[in-house]
Amino acid sequence: MLKQTEGSHAVAEAVGLCRPEVICAYPISPQTHIVEGLGEMVKGGEIENCEFINVESEFAAMSVAIGSSATGARTYTATASQGILFMAEAVYNASGLGLPIVMTVANRAIGAPINIWNDHTDALSQRDSGWIQLFAETNQEALDLHIQAFKLAEEVSLPVMVCMDGFILTHAYERVDVPTQEQVDAFLPPYEPRQVLDPTEPVSIGAMVGPEAFSEVRYLAHAKQMQALERIPQLAEQFKTIFGRDSGGLTHSYLTEDAETIVVAMGSVLGTIKDTVDDMRAAGEKIGVLGITSYRPFPIDSVRAALQNAQRVVVLEKSLAVGIGGVVSTDVRMAMSGLQLHGHTVVAGLGGRAITRKSLHALFSKAARGELGHLTFLDLDWNVVNKQLERERTTRRSGPAAESMLRDIGVVATGIV
Amino acid sequence: MSFQPVHFYQTGTFTVGNRLLAEEERSVQANMERTNSLNSGHRACQGCGEALGARYAIDAAMKAASGRLIAANATGCLEVFSTPYPETSWQIPWIHSLFGNTAAVATGIAAAIKVKRKKGQMGDVRVVAQGGDGGTTDIGFGCLSGMFERNDDVLYICYDNGGYMNTGVQRSSATPPAARTATTMPVGPEPGNAFGQGKFVPLIAMAHEIPYVATATVADLRDLEYKVTKAMGIRGARYIHILVPCPLGWGAASEDTIKLARLAKETGIFPVFEAERGDLTSSLKIRRQQPVEEYLKLQKRYAHLFGKKPAVETIARLQAAADKNIRRYGLLDEEAN
Repeated sequence: MLKQTEGSHAVAEAVGLCRPEVICAYPISPQTHIVEGLGEMVKGGEIENCEFINVESEFAAMSVAIGSSATGARTYTATASQGILFMAEAVYNASGLGLPIVMTVANRAIGAPINIWNDHTDALSQRDSGWIQLFAETNQEALDLHIQAFKLAEEVSLPVMVCMDGFILTHAYERVDVPTQEQVDAFLPPYEPRQVLDPTEPVSIGAMVGPEAFSEVRYLAHAKQMQALERIPQLAEQFKTIFGRDSGGLTHSYLTEDAETIVVAMGSVLGTIKDTVDDMRAAGEKIGVLGITSYRPFPIDSVRAALQNAQRVVVLEKSLAVGIGGVVSTDVRMAMSGLQLHGHTVVAGLGGRAITRKSLHALFSKAARGELGHLTFLDLDWNVVNKQLERERTTRRSGPAAESMLRDIGVVATGIV
Repeated sequence: MSFQPVHFYQTGTFTVGNRLLAEEERSVQANMERTNSLNSGHRACQGCGEALGARYAIDAAMKAASGRLIAANATGCLEVFSTPYPETSWQIPWIHSLFGNTAAVATGIAAAIKVKRKKGQMGDVRVVAQGGDGGTTDIGFGCLSGMFERNDDVLYICYDNGGYMNTGVQRSSATPPAARTATTMPVGPEPGNAFGQGKFVPLIAMAHEIPYVATATVADLRDLEYKVTKAMGIRGARYIHILVPCPLGWGAASEDTIKLARLAKETGIFPVFEAERGDLTSSLKIRRQQPVEEYLKLQKRYAHLFGKKPAVETIARLQAAADKNIRRYGLLDEEAN
């Protein structure tokens, strides 16, 4: 059914249609509306046979999820930003134990300085945790990916994060097609666990593993992600036959066939990039876009196939690997290994900095002219940075950096520029 | 073996054995049908109070739950010594997740059971969570408090040996004052653990007004089994804090584990009591009060108090703390004294 609704609410409805049995919630912006919606649906009886638990921290949220999933219950939670860092130990534990929990990450920056707006640093901090990580481009895809996530998680016995841009998607009201219960039931069978805490068949779960088997157990986690790499496109196909929509998969290509310049990105910024590419195509520029939906497992072959005929690749990412540059671009460059391509990393949109068509147009044109450097910080205010660097050069007790820089800018709260 | 009725022939003593009791009064441990939930063959040290406490407690819980019990276990000695895989001592479904999240994992298990029962996919299954004092009073305290305040249907058992024994005997917030640990060495002007620090989690559990809180020691099997059984008869959050001497960490002889647990209670150093919904409802009386020295001098962690120049003032402070417990929890039967 077509609805004009908030992204968070669309996700809550999708999760509800997946017949979750345990939901644990701890508030952190911008994921709050999702669990608020689910809490209301459980309390009001719209979602039957489900326990909704208000926990005391994200660490507890993931820990409750571990307990319920290990007892055979389909389990869901959501978080963002500092929350995913606070639960990090349990995030690794959930995947290490092979528990198919599904978690929404409403992507948000990580402090300090504290910042509630969107970028991808939070989810990418957990890229090696063993979780499958899927990135939604639109609210429709966010909804669809949750339904696919439960099926994928339970098939391969690994937890799945569905990442959607905080505020940009979670708080945007858009048209979405909400499937029927019959459709979801036809796609998603009841959860049949591989391992379960059951008094009729007692097992010990979570024993210590020493050097004699640790590598093998860890390799198995990798092997399962490689299985997921095969299953993700198949599930997208199955999804299409039941729901009639293209959603999910490993990557999405847009006008890449003859492109000399290909921009690689994840999440909602793909929309703005496509608009910019349309403008540049109209002006005769051979440019295309590759969207990565499955960041973990990383689709090396699919990315390589899409890029191999291009001359240059611009990875535009909402994350910063301090001390080297890009997070996503490191992986993209691995996929480009052996290809004679110019690679560029562009760090953009950190902490909610708007990524505009104007900036992208200038950036991509510069790339096409062969003038773009290896690492670019889009729309960085060099005056502010240089002033602070100068202050630190000349004064030992230069004070807290962020506060000094805000004073230099002189705006109150966030001026989204 | 059939049950043979026997008659009391001893009077005026507390040492009456199981075989002298009527069958229904015998302890779970004395019963041939006991589950041995924590089976033999594990790797605990000789004289380990925690292994003893866990066996007593979980067997009693298993009996009360008619064998339908799931346990969540914190990282620590109990976890490490019980699951040297491919061997496991656990005869019940058991999960170890992390050091600090055991109460929350148990909450998740209880939630799953609730839903599965509603759907008719599972019968009544009960949940215990267990950990040492480090996993309970320090790193796991947030999750524990959360489980308490939500009144989740979990029995949490803390095996308190007063320190991080698994990592090499470091101080926890349950380490008693003056005790030597690897991080509170008996050096300097105030040797051992500082006075005026630490916390007693049973009191904090009571502040949550949960249905049931109790303390126990491994010296009194019947009292421990009674409390576990009682706790299992109640729904909601329940907490039992069991004092379990640690020969390694305390520097005590393996054969003195029970003796030390008894002396902790008989000196008033460890109060044994029950509380319901935040109110103290009973306390186990001291039978023959002992000065704290009798407890302290058996342990090398207090050896610095008994050198050539005994630390009289420090011992007096420890005695004062025991006396305060005696007053606070009514540990002496007024009429008997």
